[in-house]
Amino acid sequence: MSIDFKQLYKTFSLQELRKGLGVTGKRFFNKKITVMYPEEKTPKSPRFRGLHALRRYPNGEERCIACKLCEAVCPALAITIDSEEREDGQRRTTRYDIDLFKCIYCGFCEEACPVDSIVLTDIHEFHMESNGERLIDKKGLLELGDKYEEDIAEARRQDAPYR
Amino acid sequence: MIRDAVFYMTSWLPESLQILVWVMLKIVFILVPLILSVAYFTLAERKVIGYMQLRVGPNRVGPKGLFQPFADVGKLLMKEVLIPSKSNKYLFLIAPILSLAPAFAAWAVMPFSDQLVLADIDASLLYVLALTSMGVYGVIVAGWASNSKYAFLGAMRSAAQIVAYEIAMGFALVGVLMAAGSLNLREIVLAQSGSGIASWYMWPLFPLFIVYFISGVAETNRAPFDVAEGESEIVAGFHVEYSGMGFALFFLAEYANMILIAALTVLMFLGGWLPIIETAPFTWIPGVMWFGLKTSAVAFFFLWFRATFPRYRYDQIMRLGWKILIPVTLVWIFVIGIAKFYTPFGGFFS
Repeated sequence: MSIDFKQLYKTFSLQELRKGLGVTGKRFFNKKITVMYPEEKTPKSPRFRGLHALRRYPNGEERCIACKLCEAVCPALAITIDSEEREDGQRRTTRYDIDLFKCIYCGFCEEACPVDSIVLTDIHEFHMESNGERLIDKKGLLELGDKYEEDIAEARRQDAPYR
Repeated sequence: MIRDAVFYMTSWLPESLQILVWVMLKIVFILVPLILSVAYFTLAERKVIGYMQLRVGPNRVGPKGLFQPFADVGKLLMKEVLIPSKSNKYLFLIAPILSLAPAFAAWAVMPFSDQLVLADIDASLLYVLALTSMGVYGVIVAGWASNSKYAFLGAMRSAAQIVAYEIAMGFALVGVLMAAGSLNLREIVLAQSGSGIASWYMWPLFPLFIVYFISGVAETNRAPFDVAEGESEIVAGFHVEYSGMGFALFFLAEYANMILIAALTVLMFLGGWLPIIETAPFTWIPGVMWFGLKTSAVAFFFLWFRATFPRYRYDQIMRLGWKILIPVTLVWIFVIGIAKFYTPFGGFFS
């Protein structure tokens, strides 16, 4: 049996440990890269999938035609749709509920939608204060759509070349 | 002077009670700064590790996050203390106290400076050694009383680990008392006076210094020796079942123990309250300040280690303890002994 003196020296001089300490010791003085979140924010992708919204056509007509593809594709069964014939003979939804607790924000509903009606906006800072608020109904979704239409349209426009 | 004032103010009491009041006051004077430094040590840990990971650490509570420890304590105080239904209630509640009390009691003999020491007893090193070993009972009792397999495994691991490192630690101290010729911490420090940093024991007892510090890290169950609370296998180890103040006490005990080990390292190897160079500008700084500065510097290493080293495997811990640290200390004890009595270089070791 021979003794590896090099290895022995390495062990007893704590070489590896000192190297490790050197790395962390150096990082201690490096510039910190923390983003101070509520004050600073990181940029978001136009594909970000956040809170839902229902869009309208520029003439104010709602896009949704109650085809129920989103309801069918939703893997979490978060969407519930009822529909009826409107006075002018078009098929429209009478109920469009999204359960935000069930939703997994996969974006399949947006992909399935033939008229680009249901979309996922880039809003991720939202909260609920009482029990019922997890359900967003058609009115709420349309309001969200109206409120953020510009942002939604801009995000779609930016992403269009890659679709 | 303060003593006379206290005795004057309590002159309506019988003399035995006056002495009690005076001792209590001294205890408060030691414990309050100690508890405060423990609280801020927890913040320092989060900050230092954050900085080493290119983060800034807690910075929301108060200016630069300086009130974070108080927020933590407030939160833990308000939490419910859960006692598992099939646990041993008395042991379960006693365990956190068992681990915190020795960490505080050991400060009774700590010489903060030449004069400032609560109890200047002859065998204070022995007393400190006994009390630091007591701390493991808190861990074992907690693991046993929780009646949970994770807690039990954590306690067993910690017991085996502390037994192994206690020996290396004890042997390292044997070297110190061979060099100093005294078991009194104050005299150990005084034996290191003379020519500043050059006469501290960290030079002649360098291997023992390293071994003592490594064993100290292992004794306090800190990274990289924190198998007693290995998150990946046993959740939080011996204190899984603790919540609220019970958990807070274990937390405090861990940090109090770290400061204690750091202070002991300073006393025995880094010249205690003695200044780095014993000439004019350095001797103006009071001894307590030097002691605090050195202790903080050593305590910083605990945090640095935690930010740097991954946890050792259990067999690696045992191998390091039994097959490397203990032989190293034994060899160096013989080197000291032989050099002191059979060679002309004995002066180097005293």
